Amino acid sequence: MALVFDSGAVAEAVREVAREITRRHAATPHFGIVGIANGGVLFGRRLAWEVSGLLGREVPFGTLNAQFHRDDIAHKPIPKAFMRTDIRFDIDGATIILADDVLFSGRTLRAALNELFDHGRPQRVELAALVDRGGRSLPVTADYVGLRVAANAAQQVVVRLSEDPSPQDSVHVEPAG
Amino acid sequence: MSSPPAKRLSNPPMSESEYWNRKDLTGLEDVTRAEIDLIHSLAASFKETLGRRQKKLPSLRGKTVVNLFMEPSTRTRVAFEIAAKRLSADVISISGDSSSVVKGETLKDTALNIQALNADMIVLRHKAAGAAQYLAKILDIPVINAGDGAHEHPTQALLDTFTLREKWGSLEGRKVTILGDILFSRVARSNIWALRTLGAHVTLAGPNTLVPKQFEELGVKVVHDLREALHDADAVMLLRIQHERQTSSHFPSLKEYTASFGLNKLRMSWLKPGALIMHPGPINRGVEIDSDVADGAQSVILEQVTNGIVCRMAVLYLCANAAAVLRKARGLEVDQ
Repeated sequence: MALVFDSGAVAEAVREVAREITRRHAATPHFGIVGIANGGVLFGRRLAWEVSGLLGREVPFGTLNAQFHRDDIAHKPIPKAFMRTDIRFDIDGATIILADDVLFSGRTLRAALNELFDHGRPQRVELAALVDRGGRSLPVTADYVGLRVAANAAQQVVVRLSEDPSPQDSVHVEPAG
Repeated sequence: MSSPPAKRLSNPPMSESEYWNRKDLTGLEDVTRAEIDLIHSLAASFKETLGRRQKKLPSLRGKTVVNLFMEPSTRTRVAFEIAAKRLSADVISISGDSSSVVKGETLKDTALNIQALNADMIVLRHKAAGAAQYLAKILDIPVINAGDGAHEHPTQALLDTFTLREKWGSLEGRKVTILGDILFSRVARSNIWALRTLGAHVTLAGPNTLVPKQFEELGVKVVHDLREALHDADAVMLLRIQHERQTSSHFPSLKEYTASFGLNKLRMSWLKPGALIMHPGPINRGVEIDSDVADGAQSVILEQVTNGIVCRMAVLYLCANAAAVLRKARGLEVDQ
């Protein structure tokens, strides 16, 4: 298993994405961050915390589970750990920044958009990815990218992220299993 | 119509796997705490979708669910139909008296034909205990037990415990009394498994002919005195007297049952304040339950019915997915 980025690089990437979001949205009246379960939840939470600090006001945060909209039923067994969609702020007319840990095929994002629009009609949706590993199957691009990793189809990008910056945080590439 | 035995699908032995891997749900006896937790988390998530602008989810789009009901049912059949439709599946309901069973076709042949007609799941209600397990063994498609004789009714117990979790958060250490016709009740059996797995203490109560002491072998308390059964219960699940399953008389008359065990306003005062009243339906007003009690503030009977939709959505979703994963793993199906 090859380490690609250590905790210092990961922490800096999260902060840089937060700074970029703040630059673009300092004047946006109604915006929130939504982490895509399960991998994007901690990234989204860290972003919301950082951006709130930079803006000096609390940025609303929610979680979104896109599982029921996925097109790959039968491709993956369903994990027993389940994190549900929980968005407690009004998304109608809002700018929503979806956060995910790894952007790969774009399928998760497609499902996430459907789930999001079942809840309301945001005015604008952006995507923040901690890691972009390339290899898209759908026309999807991230508005904010923390780190870029070159990985082939036989490899898996593993992100370890904690609630608060931690020496355990890392990005690895390992053979897909 | 049949495929080689090597390709036969069946539930893999239950492991401590972190994934749901059951293609069928035939009972709760061997279902783990983690599995019930998953069903309930999904159900909670589905419940939230009932209040959305868009109530339908696309998860089972293109799948066909056949409800094969060889015994009468209103709630369960309708709840399974709505559950499947909310997940965008197509649903066909067949009842015993309108099927070829009346022409002498066996359950096995009926089921194999339904599978050959390209159905993706069967929801089965049948008078014979073990009917769902039998079909699960011979069919590649998922089989969900919607009640088999006096054996199990797993989705009923899942929705009952889901309702209690919504009220209490956790069932750990809670006391639940199941009152009535335990002997003939598949609802009681499934609830005993589910409640115990979730950490509740179960008391069975009713006349000794309908609540034999042998049930204590299942790790529950058996009492025949109503006051004792009620005084420390956090919830009471009432069961209907099942005339249709009783071959000999287990008590002198319904009137006598009501006099000894019917839950009325006076007897409600034996309960702790705030104890919940549950009933899987259909209720027989004036027999096991008085209208005052059934329609009272402590009754969660109609919430149980609503929760029946979302718990069944979770079961359909999980078993459909597990079956598809199994088929793919065995090379039976190309990607769709």
